[in-house]
Amino acid sequence: MGGFPILSAMLAVPLVGAIICLFVGANTARWTALVATLVNLALGVLLWLNYDIGGAQWQYTEYHNLFDTFAYALGIDGIALMLIMLSVFLMPICIGASWNAITKRVGEYMGAFLFMEVLMIGVFAAQDIFLFYIFFEAGLIPMYLIIGVWGGDNRIYASYKFFLYTLLGSVLMLIAMLWMVNTAGTTHVPFLMEYDFAPEAQTWLWLAFFASFAVKMPMWPVHTWLPDAHVQAPTAGSVILAGVLLKLGGYGFIRFSLPMFPDASAQFVWLVWGLSMVAVVATSLIALVQHDMKKLIAYSSVAHMGIVTVGLFAFNVQGLEGAMMIMLGHGLVSGALFLCVGVIYDRLHTREISRYGGLSTNMPAYAMLFLLFTMASVGLPGTSNFVGEFLALAGIYQINSWVAFVCTTGIILGAAYMLYLYRRVCFGPQVNDDAAALPDLSKREYLLLAPIAAAVLWMGVYPESFLAPMRADIQWLDERLAEAEPASDAQLVIGQAVPAAEPEHHGEGAH
Amino acid sequence: MAFAASFALIAPELVLGITGLLLTLVAAYGGDKFARFASIAAAVALGGAFALVAPSVCAGASGMETEAFGGLFRADAFAGFAKLMIFAASGATLMIAPRFFEKIGAMKTEFPVLILFAALGMSIMVSANDLLTLYMGLELNSLAAYVLAAMLRDDDRSAEAGLKYFVLGALASGILLFGMSLTYGFTGTTSFAGITAAVSGELSTGMLFGLIFMLAGLAFKISAAPFHMWTPDVYTGAPTPVTMFFASAPKVAAVALLARVSMEAFGSQVDAWRQVVIAAALLSIVIGALGAIGQSNIKRLLAYSSINNVGFILIGLAAANASGASALLVYLAIYTVMTVGSFVAVLLMRDAEGNQLEGISDLAGLATTRPALAWALMALMFSLAGIPPLFGFWGKFVVFQAAVEADLLALAAIGIAASVIGAFYYIKIVKIMFFDEPAGTITGEADKAHWALLLICGVIVSPLGYFLTPWLGSLADMAAASLGLPG
Repeated sequence: MGGFPILSAMLAVPLVGAIICLFVGANTARWTALVATLVNLALGVLLWLNYDIGGAQWQYTEYHNLFDTFAYALGIDGIALMLIMLSVFLMPICIGASWNAITKRVGEYMGAFLFMEVLMIGVFAAQDIFLFYIFFEAGLIPMYLIIGVWGGDNRIYASYKFFLYTLLGSVLMLIAMLWMVNTAGTTHVPFLMEYDFAPEAQTWLWLAFFASFAVKMPMWPVHTWLPDAHVQAPTAGSVILAGVLLKLGGYGFIRFSLPMFPDASAQFVWLVWGLSMVAVVATSLIALVQHDMKKLIAYSSVAHMGIVTVGLFAFNVQGLEGAMMIMLGHGLVSGALFLCVGVIYDRLHTREISRYGGLSTNMPAYAMLFLLFTMASVGLPGTSNFVGEFLALAGIYQINSWVAFVCTTGIILGAAYMLYLYRRVCFGPQVNDDAAALPDLSKREYLLLAPIAAAVLWMGVYPESFLAPMRADIQWLDERLAEAEPASDAQLVIGQAVPAAEPEHHGEGAH
Repeated sequence: MAFAASFALIAPELVLGITGLLLTLVAAYGGDKFARFASIAAAVALGGAFALVAPSVCAGASGMETEAFGGLFRADAFAGFAKLMIFAASGATLMIAPRFFEKIGAMKTEFPVLILFAALGMSIMVSANDLLTLYMGLELNSLAAYVLAAMLRDDDRSAEAGLKYFVLGALASGILLFGMSLTYGFTGTTSFAGITAAVSGELSTGMLFGLIFMLAGLAFKISAAPFHMWTPDVYTGAPTPVTMFFASAPKVAAVALLARVSMEAFGSQVDAWRQVVIAAALLSIVIGALGAIGQSNIKRLLAYSSINNVGFILIGLAAANASGASALLVYLAIYTVMTVGSFVAVLLMRDAEGNQLEGISDLAGLATTRPALAWALMALMFSLAGIPPLFGFWGKFVVFQAAVEADLLALAAIGIAASVIGAFYYIKIVKIMFFDEPAGTITGEADKAHWALLLICGVIVSPLGYFLTPWLGSLADMAAASLGLPG
């Protein structure tokens, strides 16, 4: 790339776009946002194409000592690359999803979304721990506005809950970061990832980071902000929330908690497993009885994230790769499912499942795509989520078969609630006349859903494209964690060949 | 004794004092038609004093050559840093006040004179190196402030604010003076250096009483809980430009003074005052946050917000090391900008006839009716709440960094967790401006001086402010170094 600061450019393009959007009319703002996000997508593709797989661990590094105490340091490894790709891929789709649905204060809306994109890329690309924190926390402001201004009826409550919950989660992390920097004497993340903190300090540091990432993830029992925020946010807000923001928690675990505090991670492994198991089973059951489509998908997100955390804390390559693949796959699939809900919500203005029925008759194309994403969410082979869930569960099985057993029931329950949802919306008799009269997908909606469908299938059929850039980094992390790895409950021993026949007299001698 | 050198060191104070005296004559003989002229002259004097102080701050002046009049007065970089903030905030007050007072026909020539004397008093406070200098500066500032609070003679609320401030302020001065007399009695000296020498080793009970009384008196001046009761009433009742002045300059001066007394004079007795400061810090954070939640008047809300912010400043003081003193100065600088910006935004809340509005409900839906004002106020609110990427976060950041470096981890953790309570009412203001239906009461026009000031404050609290951090940080470090603190 000849030293072109591509990461800075990816931050600058949406930032400039956001500022323009604040000052122009509705239609110009829409086009500005679309162009900015597409330019960023193009830059992202360039980033991926030029990423040297098997090369240096940190690529595209930039370092400018602009600030007191912390630096403007950017750089990505394969894990960050994939998550950045997910963000830039979903952003134009979000803008497209809001094209007609948002009619009031369009400029501010588009500005907030573009600002959100800046922050998300910043979180994944930051190589300075305080720069990371600033990007991480700043996301509260645009999301607060997006939920509060353009949300549904109960938006005020949801926006407060989102803001205060996540803020309380992350302030303690700041204190932990200050302590770490004070002890290690550097703010550089790659250095901190290799720094060995004293085991007793790790305990506290891990808990402080956990408080933040568990809320962002979200893990049971601190997940309650998510259904409220999802239900009240506009469609595109839900897509970004589920698609990218939830990945910040997982990214935090894989970038900070695991490599920086391996001992504490092993120490608290039962806490994580326990919460994840409860999340997988309980929220799946809750999803089963929802009447609101968005709420159902929101609870299913919590369940999927449970499998992600189990995979992350499996302490082996399969688990980590699986967790990353679920994060990517879930980002696409849940985003697409929210878009599917948005498509019919735009037509009928209700998310009540019972108000629909038999849509496959009058909306065959919609039913087809919705089915694909439903199957992907269930984890059918050939779709993205299968790869991730299989790997993650295989990873945890090596460590603990009970956890694997409980989490696998989540897959079955997942199939139950998703298929039940699909049956109620798309199959059965057409009991509601207005729902029966809905027109099929428009060109714009095709354009939104088709790229995600292609990506879901690509990831399911040939996951190597996505695993290859991350392989070396996950390998590195696995080696970093090797010493702290908890013992497996399988107690496998290599079998000894039993002698074919025992001579008779030996037995007699023993008596 | 080289008086010439001493006079050179107090040149900024001389400029302010002489201008103040001359303008008093103008006010006495010329009357109110010279009000504008006096405002401009006072602003020029403050600018001149600012320019005189700036070099010593940039050079990091410290040591013996900064002491004037046999060690009564000290013009080091620490004092200089505080003076720059005091003069800037006083100048900002002079810039926005005429429009406010002229509208209600109450612009007096006395106003700029009183601001000048208050600034002079504060300037002496932060340079005090002796209990007597301290008290002189404090009272000069306070007397001017009492009159400023009651500036609108025909307004009941303003008169009430003045009286309340005076009665409680006099009480606090008495407490402070009592503490000083105990300190003098037990140490036999009033100079800070003498006190430092006398209190090294075991602290006697009487001496401890002296210290506690002095801390209580100063806590009143910075409106730290539990000595904050006067703040909401005085801030609400005083004319808005005066409230802005109270919330910025005197707070800077009193905090700097408190830092000098505790870190320098009692620098060897950190354990004696640290627990008091920690208690006041946490109480201020919590009371400032909880008290603000039910408020319906924006000035009252900002009063509680200032109590809340003082709590964070005190965390920097509790660290009791050089990085704590530096953090305290950085926080004060950012806090001053945020406070000035917030009150200018309050001044811009006018109805169609140009009357001032103060109700929080008047802000409803401001984002659709007056987007520029709403966005500026939103940035200020998130900044006061300490949410990155706004600059207010940096103040909290350096303060907590100092606390962590001083191993006060529990204090840092509790303090930052309590800051979330405060975030609630700041985002409530944003909610009212952005999510609610427009109230449509704020329709009045504003003049350019207000907008210019709001723009400057807005740019500083925006993420662009982070580019100031290397410069601000090194100035504050040098200023803190002139206190001669450990690590």
